[in-house]
Amino acid sequence: MSRPLSGMKVVGKPRRRVDARAKVTGQTRFADDLVLPRMLHCKLLRSPHPHARIRRIDARAALSMPGVKLVLTGADLPIPYGILPVSQDEHALCLSRVRFVGDPVAAVVAVDEITAFEALDEIQVDYEVLPTIADPLEALATPEPKIQPYGEGNVHKKVALEFGDVDAAMAGADHVFEDIFFYQGNTHLAIEQHAAVGAVDPDGKLTLWSSTQTPHYVHRALARVLQIPAAHIRVIAMPNGGGFGGKSDPFNHEIVVAKAALVLGRPVKTCLNREEVFYCHRGRHPVTMKLKTGVKSDGSIVAMDLQTLLDGGAYGSYGVASTFYTGALQTVTYQVPRYRFRGCRTFTNKPPCGPKRGHGTPQPRFAQEIQLDKIAAVLRLDPARLRQSQLAKPHSLTANYMRLGTISLSECIDRVVEGSDWKNRYGKLPFGHGIGIACSSYLCGAGLPIYWNTLPHSGVQLQLDRSGRVTAFCGAAEIGQGSDDVLANLVAEVLGVDPFDIRLVTGDTDLGPVDLGSYSSRVTLMMGHAAIQAAERARDLIAQAVSAKLEVPVARLVFADRRVFDAQDPARGVSFAEAVQVGEAMHGTLGTTGSYRPPESAAKYKGGGVGPSPAYSYSACVVEVQVQPETGWVEVEKVWIAHDIGRALNPVLARGQVEGSIYMALGEALMEEMDYRRLPRHLSAALVHKFPSMLEYKSPTTLEMPEVITYLVEDPDDAGPYGAKEVGQGPLLPVMPALANALYDAVGIRVDEVPITPEKILRALGDRTAHRCGPKSFPFIEWPEPLRVPPPWEGGDGKAQNEGPRRRREGAIVAPDVAQPGLSPHPSTPEGRREKSDETSPAPELPEVLR
Amino acid sequence: MSAVGSFSSHPPTRLSFKLNGEPVEILVDTYKTLLEVLREDLGLTGTKHGCELGECGACAVLLDGRPILSCLMLAAECEAVEVRTVEGLADGACLHPVQEAFADLGAAQCGYCTPGMLVSACALLEKNANPTRAEIREALSGVLCRCTGYLQIFEAVEAAGRKLAAGLPEKTGKTP
Ligand code: FES
Ligand code: FES
Repeated sequence: MSRPLSGMKVVGKPRRRVDARAKVTGQTRFADDLVLPRMLHCKLLRSPHPHARIRRIDARAALSMPGVKLVLTGADLPIPYGILPVSQDEHALCLSRVRFVGDPVAAVVAVDEITAFEALDEIQVDYEVLPTIADPLEALATPEPKIQPYGEGNVHKKVALEFGDVDAAMAGADHVFEDIFFYQGNTHLAIEQHAAVGAVDPDGKLTLWSSTQTPHYVHRALARVLQIPAAHIRVIAMPNGGGFGGKSDPFNHEIVVAKAALVLGRPVKTCLNREEVFYCHRGRHPVTMKLKTGVKSDGSIVAMDLQTLLDGGAYGSYGVASTFYTGALQTVTYQVPRYRFRGCRTFTNKPPCGPKRGHGTPQPRFAQEIQLDKIAAVLRLDPARLRQSQLAKPHSLTANYMRLGTISLSECIDRVVEGSDWKNRYGKLPFGHGIGIACSSYLCGAGLPIYWNTLPHSGVQLQLDRSGRVTAFCGAAEIGQGSDDVLANLVAEVLGVDPFDIRLVTGDTDLGPVDLGSYSSRVTLMMGHAAIQAAERARDLIAQAVSAKLEVPVARLVFADRRVFDAQDPARGVSFAEAVQVGEAMHGTLGTTGSYRPPESAAKYKGGGVGPSPAYSYSACVVEVQVQPETGWVEVEKVWIAHDIGRALNPVLARGQVEGSIYMALGEALMEEMDYRRLPRHLSAALVHKFPSMLEYKSPTTLEMPEVITYLVEDPDDAGPYGAKEVGQGPLLPVMPALANALYDAVGIRVDEVPITPEKILRALGDRTAHRCGPKSFPFIEWPEPLRVPPPWEGGDGKAQNEGPRRRREGAIVAPDVAQPGLSPHPSTPEGRREKSDETSPAPELPEVLR
Repeated sequence: MSAVGSFSSHPPTRLSFKLNGEPVEILVDTYKTLLEVLREDLGLTGTKHGCELGECGACAVLLDGRPILSCLMLAAECEAVEVRTVEGLADGACLHPVQEAFADLGAAQCGYCTPGMLVSACALLEKNANPTRAEIREALSGVLCRCTGYLQIFEAVEAAGRKLAAGLPEKTGKTP
């Protein structure tokens, strides 16, 4: 979709975002700001045990408290759900077993929050404590008791893929490097705590307002669990007070307040406290990695072999996708002729991990970029040049069949090398002071939806009337990233009006066409295309009418400055409102739609659904550090980052996304971690979260944020709207390894894990032989036979040679398993789309519930 | 039954103070924080919360001109004080220069930390319209922002300071 880029009025101009005024006046309404008449309040009772069977729940005392209206337990919501069709393993309230500290067991609804809170203390739960699994090593070694009824023991998923004969290529390499890395888990820490309000509409339908990034998926989960036709449920994603991936699963509390509202016929609200937000988690998976790379003496890669071991926590969440993502994008930055990837996700008795900014890719990126630095050191090559010399080729297929578009990484590297004066400073700064470089790439939207279907991934509808009003409807959720601004920006550009002229209705499943949600950096690209298509259709209708009125050929009409006029005689024209009027007179009421679905992927093997994207963004980063060798204290002095964004639709927002990514990356690199500990045995063997508070979970403040020099490199990609690619996640990826590499330049040590704390730096400085701190071994894992897919340059066609025929799992697209009142039953989802749960079939032994 | 020592069992108390320039007189539950009274009893939801434990700064408001964490302050302690919240920064429809600068320069992404940042920035600029970067960092260090990386916030505070120092009319009236 290439179009002239000159003469644009809105796209590319630094502008105040359309929702800025609401935000700076405190008028943006977040979910917890909603208050409805007769609204009740809900609190969840969460498990104090990391693993236990629920024997009995006695809610009698709680129910007898004045003001308490309802107590719900697992038996009230017995249908499982989960974000991925292959992991329908969650229950809104645990049925018979709790799997981590914080797993919800019961819900209280009362007249006010404090009564609900006090009533939690009055619910007696009798638990039978079970042994716990603390980490992936224990999970591999301890198949029983199984945390989940599916998977192999406590292994959730193993995947193995091989693109070309890796062992043969390694044997022919001049050097083979093998390193082990650990990337600690961390969490999103959006400042807004999750909140939701459920209410029954006057006509009996259900509405849920929630701080969610994915209203469409919440919609599906509600229909499934509550057994209500999806068309009778409305989900409204309120503007999120930050998402970062932490609000993209359907959550327990959302389903609970919806159910409570249905039972009581009154609005019900809940707002999680900060501790509960830590338990919702779905953040970065802790990953141990073994990376083996064969190179020629000039440093060029001949083969790469990656193994990853993920700590998934207690539920599936996005975990299967996360596992594939720890391998899928290793090939899109540099040329990797042959590649083997094996990944394993384990269940542990901890809050479930899922997608956080960069979903599954920061961990292997950390490994690869540090290893490249080691390769450069051994081969005495300049790390920047080593990267430059083997960048992936634009418009090519990778070994694992990712179809690449534009790549401006070379220019990105040039910019940060120049900006940081790399050539005069790398390897030349005094002891304690150093710089390091790393690169990365990221997707612009997942090529496949989360559940298999052939529908659009994003839709936009426009409605125009004679007043000149343009309203844009779209299901996309505004999570702070500026998706509303992108929508207004693009529609305004096409129709020649100001973005502030456009009314927006977004994130509402009743009013807007489906957009899959704000995840995988997909919204700008996918919603953007849909918006342009809808706007161009509206423009064409209007142009036809204006052309007739002015007697000017359509091709000569210009839409700009809130007018439609003759390009050859700009005085000859009409106002935009008038143009809509003549359009309405000619065509009747004006409305158009646009939609977008990504192109077919070239990866035809099982697992090839994770990684393909319409386009890839690229980043290069240089980090400068000052290290105090006596204390191990690191000060980040400055960061240079260049991001290949295709086109910056609004440079103010684009820069904000880059700097926000750097900030979040520095937190991951230096301090943030989800850490757990066992309580002393004489108290309990419980495995508890070490830091479920913002004070103890350290994140960077204004005092830690260094100076950042941001370069937006614009080389429009035909796959993006006006050439735009993503910017919300990619720039996070190179920062952690660039920082680790800077440490090496500064004091000659390798810290092969994050967070890089002063303690680990001292440990590496004290290691007189390896000068290293990091994991020493990668556990033995019995891998399945890999699917063998010959790379494109070895005659492959994207299919695996050793894979049996695959059945595409066609399923109920909108709402599985819903009995529609008065209608014939909805066809149920075919077997196999869902993992079996012991808590559905056969019915588990349910605890006794006393009310 | 009601739990012994239940918070909710104490009688409410009368409170009068000044809120965004207007006198307020209400009955408040003694256990309620200023944050809760502002958001729930008075309907001023502009002030946010991210922890209710004094950790994030989202709930900052100005108390007699000084930023405080409204989640750590009991409303009952606020007798006769003057409270200013994000709702009290603009003059009618005219934004405060700090609000203008935040809006124009990308200092509000999700906007959730923004009220706390804005009132903290106002408190700083009222004392010192020409702060250094270090002074801005210090003044805002109690408010966490998870979106912006802070740099555009610093720039907005500097831009607003320049405007204030240049003696431009405090309210610019720029819209929207
Ligand atoms: S709500 Fe976090 S400090 Fe007050
Ligand atoms: S703008 Fe989102 S937390 Fe600051």
